This record gives sequence, structure tokens and C-alpha cells, in this order.
Amino acid sequence: MNRGPSRFAFLGKLEGLPIGMVLAVLYVVFIFTAPSVFTGYRIYMSFFQTVPPMLVLAIGLTFIITAGEIDLSFPAVVALSGFVFTWWFKTFQTPLIGFILAIVSGSLVGYINGLLVARLRVPSIMATLAAQFFWYGVTLLIAGGLQINIQEITTTKIHAIFVGRLFGIFPVQALWALGLTVFFWFILNRHKFGEAIMFIGDNAEVARVMGINVEATRIRLFTMHGVIAAFAGLLLTMEINVFFPTQGQGMLLPVMAAVFIGGTSIAGGQGVLVGTFFGSYIIGSLEAGVVATGIGGYWVQLVEGLVMAASVILNVIIGEEGISALSRTARKWAVPAQAPPGEGSRGQDSA
Amino acid sequence: MPPASRHKLYLFPAAGHYKLRLAGAFLLKGDQFVPEPPLERTALRMVDIEKYFGSVCALKDVNFEVGHNEIVGLIGDNGAGKSTLVKILTGVFPPTSGELYIADRKVDTSSYSVKEAHALGIETVYQDKSLGEKQAMWRNFFIGREITYPFGFLKVREEKKVANDIMVNTIGFRGKGIGVDSKANKLSGGERQGVAIGRAMHFEADLIILDEPTVALSLKEVRKVLNFVHKIKDAGKASIYISHNIADVYEISDRFIVIDRGEIVASIAKAKISMKELDEFLLEYSHGLKDKVQQ
Repeated sequence: MNRGPSRFAFLGKLEGLPIGMVLAVLYVVFIFTAPSVFTGYRIYMSFFQTVPPMLVLAIGLTFIITAGEIDLSFPAVVALSGFVFTWWFKTFQTPLIGFILAIVSGSLVGYINGLLVARLRVPSIMATLAAQFFWYGVTLLIAGGLQINIQEITTTKIHAIFVGRLFGIFPVQALWALGLTVFFWFILNRHKFGEAIMFIGDNAEVARVMGINVEATRIRLFTMHGVIAAFAGLLLTMEINVFFPTQGQGMLLPVMAAVFIGGTSIAGGQGVLVGTFFGSYIIGSLEAGVVATGIGGYWVQLVEGLVMAASVILNVIIGEEGISALSRTARKWAVPAQAPPGEGSRGQDSA
Repeated sequence: MPPASRHKLYLFPAAGHYKLRLAGAFLLKGDQFVPEPPLERTALRMVDIEKYFGSVCALKDVNFEVGHNEIVGLIGDNGAGKSTLVKILTGVFPPTSGELYIADRKVDTSSYSVKEAHALGIETVYQDKSLGEKQAMWRNFFIGREITYPFGFLKVREEKKVANDIMVNTIGFRGKGIGVDSKANKLSGGERQGVAIGRAMHFEADLIILDEPTVALSLKEVRKVLNFVHKIKDAGKASIYISHNIADVYEISDRFIVIDRGEIVASIAKAKISMKELDEFLLEYSHGLKDKVQQ
């Protein structure tokens, strides 16, 4: 029964601490193994350019997983919103309206997902898998499988606002992604919507008898994720000045990995947005980092797998019990017969 | 008819329980059954409540009252209709027909909801779905009725302060390492029910419904829960206590209501019956019914 305050107890209260440590260690390793790349600022500017769309998607997915659901359809939303924006911009030259329409298209996909999950009670993994195929198919069909170049977007204000370069070098989208992380941290942890999400993910029946409208909250959740995914799609499309029908398709697994290594539990009930933030940067930096060390491109996936496993293991061990659990676990493994006295006894009789 | 036993003679001197069942709630006076006189102030009154699920009748002709400072023990077998009754009371779903009065005011059953039940001072403590396991205590206290700034942002400091106040003063957690930031899964079963009851009392519930609150608890924990229920009575509130355990129900209730197959079959004041008699009555009752079915 380790309930006494330990010297390191305050560390356990820092959200996303284990994964932050992994990120720091990773960068230190990169600085030593590839000093020419990782002591300059350019690689970091490159990360600030490529990670934000993924991070934004991961923020939305963190909410979905906290609610005990899953959404596999966001890659299709990235493609759809990119298409809607570029097509409108190409046709009417009004980027703001295109932007709004793209967000609306994402919200529509999310709303339909929400209806399927909350009203018809289709399991979210099935509903959103179907949605992924369907909306990706729709995008392919209306785009005719072709990419659309919008080089002229770079001269618009909207481009400067969302993906411009601060002082000529710093990608603005990194600030948007950071701002959204902070904003949604407050929504999840300091707003009644976030609290409802956590209780629903924890136990929907408890949420219901305590007066939460579970159905409406789920619909809002999926709609919100649709909007977030559409915004991520816009960041991506505007950054590369081109829409291509398969955009977003490679993002499903990296984004899920970012959420899970950040410490959000697949079981639902708790979401760690700070962890998601660090997790996205880990996933987004690994490939470039491993290649820069010069050990060869074939190592990339292996190292990625190792880092993910290490992060998740750290999260599991440290989890709720804080940093002191690390040394305790190490001791337990070293001397298996001697379990720490009293540990878990409370947990057992209350389970 | 089954052979009349001593207890049946005592309990059903003239009427036999078939008549009792048809007529609804009765009070035992001497050895005669007379209809209950209406209570002056009631926390709850149900009039001719019926509930059908499709063509299946879950509740039929349910009439009963709970006084404003009365603990009523609701006793019935599995499938007797206890949960259905509780869900109607707490606004989870509406009855098919009938009238519901809360604190002597009629409620529109078609628009009645959990939120309205909370607003009218009805709180429910469930066997296992009262608390979010992975959520901090302060969140568990205020879920569904948060203290917020404009735009729905939580006043965390204020919620924690009030939650701490309830935990220390109402429930009596003292220096056990459990605080407002502890997660619910760190609490024992009895502590959880204590929190759920403390929460109900904090929100000035006039009627607290306890649905099998002691199932799966150790004896010591059951004792704690019963002590909490005594506090409800002392605070001048009403309660409906649902349990399989006759000993628990007998200790804390002022009156017992027996429900079977969707109908209320008896209403007996504690003063008129000993625990042994109540126990035997319930046994005899279920035997009597079985015999009737066989005929």
C-alpha cells in the first residue's frame, strides 16, 4: 500500500512525463549520433513543418479513444477536405469559402459516423472502417483519381495564416498545432464536455445514470473529430500546394501510434494530450533521425518499433503510480519471490 | 389452497393474500388489514403506475408512498420489478401509464428525465454503476452537474474544495491517503458506496434510492453502508432501500414493501412484525404462490 508521499511524487503528477523523457532521450541520442544534422536548426524546422498535420489528427483521435471508441476514417477525411478545398479554390478562387466548405465536409463525415455509432449502435470500428472506404472512394471518384496543383495558393492570406513562415523560417502550423493541443487539453481536462467523454469511456452506464446525454455526446465527439481531421487535411494540402487523392492514407497507423505511446489507454476513460503531443513528435522525428545517423534506411522500422515498445512499457509501469513505480518494478523483477508487502491488496478487494 | 400455516393465519386472518394482492397496499393493524391512511407529507407517491415492454407487463397497478422522513425497504425476488420501478422513479425511462408525485407535486412523466429527478431531489445509489472507476473523486462528485464558468469550463478549485468538505465532514474519510484527487478504483466497495451516498446527501436529496448497495461487500463494509443510511434518516430525508438481505432491510427500514411479479403485494410497518416473521412471511409467500400456479 504505497500511499505515502514520495520524494518524486510530484513528478508523477506531470502529465505525459514518461513519453517526454523518451523524446528527450531520443533527441540526445540523435545529437550524439548525427551531430551534423541535429545541432543545426533546419531539421527542427523540417519537423515543425511535417509533424503538425499528424499531431492535429492525433489530438482528435485522443478524444475518440478516451471515449472508448475508435475512428479509422480520418485518413479519408484528410483526402476529402483537401479535395473540397483545392477544387473550390481552383474553380472560384475564394480560398476562405473553400476552407469553410472543407471543414463542413469533415464535420458531415464525422456527424454521420456519430449517428451510426450513437443512434444505430454500430461498433465504431466497423462504422468508421466502412466510412474510410466509402469517403476515400467518393474522393477518388469525384477527383477522377487526379491530383490538383494549387501553386497560386502560396500568395493568399489564408496560406500565410495557417502554413506561412514566421520570420521567414518558422512554420506557423507548428504554432497552430501547439495552440490546438493547449486548447483541447483544457476541453478534455477542464470542460464538462471532456469530463463527459472520460466518464463515457470509463463506463457509459455510469455516465447515463448520472444524467449525461451519452448519445448526443458521442455524436458531438465524432463530429468534432471530423472537423479536426478536415483541418489537418487543410494544413497538409496548403503546405504542399497540391491535392493528391491518396493523401492521408499512410497516416492511420502513425497517428494511432502517437496516441498510444503518449499514454492514452485503449481501454478508454483517460486521455493524455501532452503525451499525444510528444508522441507525435517522436513518431515524426524517428525516420529522419534514424536515416541521419547513417545506420541505413533498413533500420528505420526496427528502431521505430523499439521506441514504441519502450514508450508503451514505460507508460504501463509508471502509469498512475508515478515515477517511484520504476524502481519498485525493477526490484520486483530482480527478486521475484518478494512482492512488496501490501501492494495491490486494496485494489483487489475493491475490484 | 395450500394448507394454512400458523404465519399465514397470523398475517392473513380473513382476507387471504389473493385479495391483498388485488387491493394493493395495506397496513397491518392488530390482526386486521386496513387500507393505509394517506401520509401527510410524502417524498414520493406512485398512483396506478404500469409499465409494459412491448406486450410484457413489468409493473401493474403499483400504488405506494414514501413519507418525507421514512426509510422504506423494497423487497422482491429477481425479476419482480424492483429495477423497473427504480428506473421509472429516477427518470431513466417513463411509465406506460399512471401518475408520479414527487414531494406532493405531480410530475409530467413523459418529459421526466434523470436531470429533472436530480433537480427534484431524487438521487440514486447503484450497486456498481455509481462512480467512474478511473476518474478522480472530485470529478465523481460533480459529474452531470458541474460547477462551471461561462462556456462550460469547470471551476476545479471550487469543486475540489466542496468535494473535500463532503469527504471529510459527511462521509468521514480521515487521513487514509484518500483525497479528492484519488481515483475511484483506489476505494474499497464500502467507501465507494459511502461516496455515492455522501454525494446524494450533499445535493440535498430528499429521497435517496439505494439499489442493492451492499451486494459484493464484506460484512464490515456492509456495516459502513448501513451507517450511512442511518445518517439519511437522521438528516430528515427519505430513502428507498432495495436489497435481498432481509437482515439489512429489517435493521434500517421503517416499513417494508414486498413486490412480486410486477405487483405490490404487501406493505408492513416494522413495528408490526419481527424480523423472523418477515422472513417467514416471505418464504411462505413464495411457497403459496407456487402452489397457486400448480393448481
